[in-house]
Parts: sequence; structure tokens; C-alpha cells
Amino acid sequence: MAVTTSTPPDTQGPAAPPEPRRQKRSAANVWLGVIAWVVGIAFFFPVFWMVLTSFKQETDAYTTTPKIIFEPTLEQYEGVFSAGVGPYLANSLIATVFSTLLVLLLGIPAAFAVSLRPVKKTQDVLFFFISTKMLPVVAVIVPIYVVVNQIGMLDNIWTLVVLYTGMNLPIAVWMMRSFFLEVPGELLEQASIDGAPLWRTLREIVLPIISPGIFATALICVIFAWNEFFFAVNLTAANAGTMPVFLVGFITSEGLYWAQLSAAATLAALPVILAGWVAQNKLVQGLSFGAVK
Amino acid sequence: MTATMERPAAPETTGGAPMIDRAEGWRRRAPLLPALIFTIIVTQIPFILTLWYSLQSWNLVRPGSQEFVWFSNYADVFADSQFRTVALNTVIMTLGSVLIAVVLGLLLALLLNRQFVGRGVVRTLLITPFLITPVAAALLWKTVLLDPTLGLINFVLTPFGASGTEWISNYPLASVMAALIWQWTPFMMLLLLAGLQSMPTDQLEAARVDGASAWSTFRELTLPHLRRFIELGVVLGTIYLVNIFDQVYMMTQGGPGVASANLPFYIYQRAFLGFDIGQSAAMGVVVVILTLIAANFALRLIFKSFSGEEEAA
Repeated sequence: MAVTTSTPPDTQGPAAPPEPRRQKRSAANVWLGVIAWVVGIAFFFPVFWMVLTSFKQETDAYTTTPKIIFEPTLEQYEGVFSAGVGPYLANSLIATVFSTLLVLLLGIPAAFAVSLRPVKKTQDVLFFFISTKMLPVVAVIVPIYVVVNQIGMLDNIWTLVVLYTGMNLPIAVWMMRSFFLEVPGELLEQASIDGAPLWRTLREIVLPIISPGIFATALICVIFAWNEFFFAVNLTAANAGTMPVFLVGFITSEGLYWAQLSAAATLAALPVILAGWVAQNKLVQGLSFGAVK
Repeated sequence: MTATMERPAAPETTGGAPMIDRAEGWRRRAPLLPALIFTIIVTQIPFILTLWYSLQSWNLVRPGSQEFVWFSNYADVFADSQFRTVALNTVIMTLGSVLIAVVLGLLLALLLNRQFVGRGVVRTLLITPFLITPVAAALLWKTVLLDPTLGLINFVLTPFGASGTEWISNYPLASVMAALIWQWTPFMMLLLLAGLQSMPTDQLEAARVDGASAWSTFRELTLPHLRRFIELGVVLGTIYLVNIFDQVYMMTQGGPGVASANLPFYIYQRAFLGFDIGQSAAMGVVVVILTLIAANFALRLIFKSFSGEEEAA
């Protein structure tokens, strides 16, 4: 690090000698690190508290002075399962897994087409996909309800699978497009010279390269599908309800038993928190439609 | 489609016959079509139906009441004083939460863009609120954090003489916004952190060698570079937050009255508790227009506040 003595006019104060300045800087770094930790813990604390409360007895959860030390119990989780969380968990799982598979099935070829083999109007198609995400869900819920009702698909988990696929497909196409664009062009040219059919090129050359990207895309679709509430609460009831719906029903039927509620909320939130932690590097890429890497 | 698939792979001829070009074009387009058709069916047809329904008087409670009434639903919507309150709430809730989340997210991103022990862990802790199921998050805010007697926030504030504050009944809109900001600050942080990390380091190095102060480096180098990311954050935040439903539904049910209702919740009430298809469809169309305006307005606001500084720099 060369020490230049030319100080621009906008520097306040006399130029400090290099050594103390570096020390000051590292001291500041330590303090800023501490602040970062404090803020991080503060943001995380409610989630930590939820998980902690889920292992308490109701009497320990219901105190004016919050209790940190208590005898942990699994009673609340047993309570949640005996309240019938099973089918709701299964529904969430079906809606999430099948919508994500369908998104990949439809989205991978589409992303391939718009990125590596673009034709005229490809750009328009891409913008069409992104524009569907600007369309508020509330603007389409009424006709969806009416149509689903008419074809007798209310309270059916496959209705949610289709809707979640429609919800996630545009994000997935944009995200996977940005991964496809990273595939070296020479590889594809080589394949087309060798006369390999399209699906073989896709399977043997492209997919292995972009599989980490596809994995991240899938995780983001999982997060959105698992957390979705608006369609679920309006289109399902006892048969096809998902975890968020269960959580809502749980409050109204059980009143406010915090410990048990915390256990239910933890069950609802944990899978996605874990998926998100794994996918955190790609989260922004998904939400910004691949605009930011 | 199958016919074009059976064609042998056309070799890349220079300026080949238009017939082959067209076939090749369709061959290239074919993988795109299933996704495109699916998306059109699931998203566009319902919206066209919304437009159609919005021109009809139709209440599900009264079968056979469906009739075409032109724009009278829209007239009713705009004459509805509750709707105006709710529209204003939506603007406050959306823009307020987005702007605060962007500012907090920027501060956090600057903190996390430095080297310190356990940076990865802190980032993981910070993004957790964004991942938690919104329904569970809203529940958490309603009970564990904001409950008047047992909530953690009042417990923390007790030494400052603020115990027993009924946050949700006294400040419903602010309470919902607090929950939203808690969930969305991490996203803004991640986005802006990506922006900071894409900055060319040689520029920063040069500024430091020149002895530029941290503040002037931030204002003259970092902020202009981040502009694109901040804009993106505002636009994406607006698009996502205009649609917020879960937190309102869980924390306040839009109440008291419509004090904390936003448009998605109000439309939900009209459609699923009032069964008024025509009016809720009309409101849905208004929300689409409002979304476009909000995203536009937010963009312009940002452009203005930044372009002034750039000229000065």
C-alpha cells in the first residue's frame, strides 16, 4: 500500500500517518463486526424464541418475564400431531413437490429455448413471463375461484399444484435462463456439428453444467410454494388445506396456547428456513428474476 | 409440431431457403411452447375474465343476478369511501415498508460487506426472517412480540415506562408494517450486498490511496454504483408488497374498521365474505393499475434523488 501525500481538498482534517490510521481502522472494524452480530441476533431472535417456546410447557410460555431456562418437553409437538397436522403436512408436501417438478419440466426446455437457441420475438416472450408477476394475485382470484368452483375442483390439492406452477414458472424461466447463458457456446456448436439430437444435447451436455443452478431454482420454487397462503385459504378447506391454512385453523380452534402454537408454527416454517439457508446465495437471483447474480 | 420434429436436422446453410428457416424457427421455439401456453392459461385467461366480470353486476348469494352493467362497478368502487381509505393504506403500507426496508437493508449490507468473524453466520441469521412462512411470522408478531402483557417488545420497553402498550389495537397499520419491514429488510440487504460485491475493487482502492474519506467514497462511488440495485429493490419490493395479504389477515383482519386493511384484504372481504363478484373484480383491475403507478412512481422518485447528486459529483 503506497502512501501518497497528495490529499484531495475534500478530505477533512490533516492526513493521519499510516500506522495509527490502520490501527484505528481495524478497531472500527471490530466494533462494526460486533454491531453486525447484535443486529443479526436481534433479527433472528423472534424465530429463535418461537422454536424455544415450542419446547416449553404452556405455564412456562405464559409468563410476563420471559423464561429462558425451563425443562424442555416434546408435549407441544405431540399435541400438534394429535390435532391432525398430518394431512396438512402431506398436502403442503404434494403441492410443493409436484408444482416444483412441473415447473422444472416446463421451465427447463423454455429457458433453454430463450437462452441458447433464441429466435425472433424471444425477448417479447421473456418480458411476457416477467409481466405476469406484476399482475397482482388479487386481480385474478375471483375468476379463478368461479372457474375452479364450476369444474368442481375446490378443496382439491391439484388445483394448488397447477396454480403454484403458474406462480413459479416465470421466476424459474428467468432464473434458469441466466444459468443457461453461462454454458460455453463452443460445446453446443460441437454437439450440433456432430448431429446430436436436441434432447441429447440438453441431457448430456447442458444439464450437467447447469444442475447447481437448477437445484437453486427448485429450492426457490419450494420456498414460494410452501409459504403460499392466499390461494390456499381461498380455494381449500379440510381436504386440501396446506400448513399455513392449518396454522390459521389452529388459532381459531385452540385459542391462544402459545407453546403449542409455536410448535405448529415451527413445523410450518422449518422446512423452508432450511431450504432457504441452503439456497441463500441464489435467493436474490430468483426474486429479481435473474437480474442480479 | 411433430411434423417439424421429424425433419432431419437441417445443416447450417448460408442463407438457406425460407422454408427451412421457418421450420428451424419452430423447432427452436417448440421447447418454449408448453411453458408459454401453460402460463397464458393460468395467468392471462383469469385476468381477461376479471375484466369481463368487472363490467357485470353479479352476487353469488343471489343466483341469476348476473347482468351487464358497463362501468357502474367502477363508479361504485370510487364512490366507496372505505375503498379510498384502503387504497391510501395500501400506498402507505407498500411504499413505507419498501423505503424503510431499503434504508435498513443498505445499512446492513454495508455492515456485512466488511470482513469480520462469523460473517456467514450473521448473514444466515439475518435472512431467516425473510424465509419464515409469512403466516407464522405474522403470528409471531401478533403474540410473542406485540402482545400487550406477555410480548417481548413491551418487556424490553418496560424500563422505559412503555409497558402495557396495546400495539396492535392502537397502531394497527404500524404493527403490520413492522412485521413487513422485519421480513423484507433481509431481502433488500441481500440484494444490495450483491450490488456492493459487484463493485470494482480497484476504484475503491484508488479512492483510499487518494485519502478520500469513507463518506465521500460512499457518496461518490458506492451510491452511484448501487443506484441500479436500489431501484431494483424498490420496484421488486413494491410489486411483492402491494400484494401482501397474510400479515393483514393474521394480525388485524384489516381492523379496527378498515384502519389497517389493504386492497388485497378488502377485495378478499368483498369477494369471499360479501360474495360480490362484480365489485371485487373491478377493484382487482384498479389494483393492477395502482401497481403499475406505484412501481413507476417509486422508480421516478429514486431517479430524481440520485440524479441531483450525480451532477454534483
